[in-house]
Amino acid sequence: MDGMPKWADVVLVPVISLLLAAIISVIVFMAIGQNPWEAIKLMAYGAVGTSDFLGYTLFYATNFIFTGLCVAVAFHASLFNIGGEGQVLLGGLGAAIVCIFIPWPHWTLALVAGSAAAALFGALWVVIPAYLQARRGSHIVITTIMFNFMASGLLIFMLAGPLKPAGTMQVATGIFPEATHLPSLHDLAGVFGLDLFGRSPVNISIFLALAACVGVWALIWHTRLGFEIRALGRSESAAKYAGISAVNITMIALLISGGLAGMMAVNNTMGINSPQLVDNAAGGAGFIGIAVALMGRNHPVGIVIAALLFGALYQGGAELSAATSVQVQIVVVIQALVIMFTGALDEMVRSPIRKIFLRMDRSSAAGE
Amino acid sequence: MSLTKTFLSATAALALTAGSALADGPAIIYDLGGKFDKSFNESAFGGATRWAEEAGEEFAEFEITSDAQREQAIRRFAEAGNNPIVMAGFSWATPLSEAAGDYPDTKFVIIDMVVDAPNVRSVVFNEHEGSYLVGMLAAEASETDVVSFVGGMDIPLIRKFACGYAQGVLAVNPDATVISNMTGTTPAAWNDPVKGSELTLSQIGQGSDVVFAAAGGTGIGVLGTAADEGILSIGVDANQNYLYPGQVLTSMLKRVDNAVYEAFAAGADVEVGFNVMGVANEGVGYALDEFNAELITAEMQAMVDEAAAAITSGELMVHDYMSDETCPVLEF
Repeated sequence: MDGMPKWADVVLVPVISLLLAAIISVIVFMAIGQNPWEAIKLMAYGAVGTSDFLGYTLFYATNFIFTGLCVAVAFHASLFNIGGEGQVLLGGLGAAIVCIFIPWPHWTLALVAGSAAAALFGALWVVIPAYLQARRGSHIVITTIMFNFMASGLLIFMLAGPLKPAGTMQVATGIFPEATHLPSLHDLAGVFGLDLFGRSPVNISIFLALAACVGVWALIWHTRLGFEIRALGRSESAAKYAGISAVNITMIALLISGGLAGMMAVNNTMGINSPQLVDNAAGGAGFIGIAVALMGRNHPVGIVIAALLFGALYQGGAELSAATSVQVQIVVVIQALVIMFTGALDEMVRSPIRKIFLRMDRSSAAGE
Repeated sequence: MSLTKTFLSATAALALTAGSALADGPAIIYDLGGKFDKSFNESAFGGATRWAEEAGEEFAEFEITSDAQREQAIRRFAEAGNNPIVMAGFSWATPLSEAAGDYPDTKFVIIDMVVDAPNVRSVVFNEHEGSYLVGMLAAEASETDVVSFVGGMDIPLIRKFACGYAQGVLAVNPDATVISNMTGTTPAAWNDPVKGSELTLSQIGQGSDVVFAAAGGTGIGVLGTAADEGILSIGVDANQNYLYPGQVLTSMLKRVDNAVYEAFAAGADVEVGFNVMGVANEGVGYALDEFNAELITAEMQAMVDEAAAAITSGELMVHDYMSDETCPVLEF
């Protein structure tokens, strides 16, 4: 039916997309008078060149795993949740409230409670868009993106008012109490006598992200609920005919999706070196999650790989602009090219390849 | 053959430019507004550029794109050997407190906030003093005895501007009315020229004929509307007199560029500790140039310079809103 072998779908298409992005990036570098080879070498060095840089890459990748999973779960139900950005902010609010107002004796308890609160807040933020989609057919793309603005407004209201420590000017909470600080991988490596990851903020929530990957994999492919989500995604009328409630499954899939986005906040509030919640805490990760999910073909393994790639791109790009006179805007252009080719223009690469394989199929069939 | 040669030499030259900024010279990190924000960051960039041109040397720089990069940028430059490392903006306090201790041999300079560490120079400005001076000028120039203030985001720092301004106005004309409005309570208030314009119109409706904008990009709308409506305005941070020649009374100068320049010029020997840039050391002041020469009479100038001298000598104390979060002359 598809005509395209699995390996082409999973490997060939993303690789060609990346190559196209790389070719245009080279042209961009040449246009601004920067040696492309040097620039690419610097980006690679910046991403994985030192233990410290690698730590930052993993830190950003952790964010992207969560938001990638968020988009993927909704995608399986044929829902396009682009509200990850807002759900992350709300998750941060949940984690911050739990960490600041409850005196936790140990970080393990704070981690459990913080993750639960972050997931709960992220999920709650998607309740109204999910309900409107399920009951009223209001398009989830429109409602979730509107909710991003409201989340930003709500967060700033909270950070400029109730959660702001007196006398500070930054729109942010105070530093969370010491007992809620999550150990970094540097600390963990220290237990085994290793000196790894420098002072980068990569922390144990990367394991939480990997656990979430396993959870999503099990949920989507090995539970009845996952089957119902996929059935709804493939054909709503068939799912309804099979007795699956479209309303319930739409709600549940979106709540899980929002919860996963919310959990990203554990990494970027409780996990960072000076744990606090700042006003633009999501930093675009919600949107990068869309590209991660598309590139990862909505499979947790693919999402981990794509998240690592985007983490490397983000961190390598920062190093490129810090080490050279390349403007930060150029780095954003390079990152955007990769997102565009792997995400938005995915079909542009996929459909010619599919046609080639179809033709090969046909000619081999004709030859027999 | 010759083409290949040209190409190769061009590549070599490019490779050199790629590596040049890696030197162990000074570094500057801009805040989220970006290097070309026509205000605070650009002023810092201006100071760095001035140093680079005069000294004939280069500096490393970085524009962060998210808060997550703050501590990373500090550590990155410290580990690359850049010294001193200057950062502009109060949001740097938390990441700098976290990182400074790990690099005892590197000097850090933070502008607009205080970080108490042995290798940090904290530069803060006496904005209330500069605002006091322009407040005096506003009171002199006003014919309606009503002057106004448009702030950006409602934070203590901006109230400090407003409070100093009101004190200056009332010192000259105790019967004057000072109207004060803030654009908003969120960071969006820094870049909302439309709302700045509306606030100015509303203040003009209440009789104001001189308006002082301390509102970042929002101020562009304030100054523009004041010019359109034929009243005077006062710019902030950089010298904004040139924007509407003859219609901008003066600008309250906050010499972020000087702070950066001095830190870069001192290099690794930059003095640490608490550094106040006030009227006394020309850290703040008012702008006088060919664009507002006709607006500022000799008497006005003499009066303000006298007040500046009194502030310098300690004879005149302008109340600092941030010292106790109250203002004796203005309600917020």
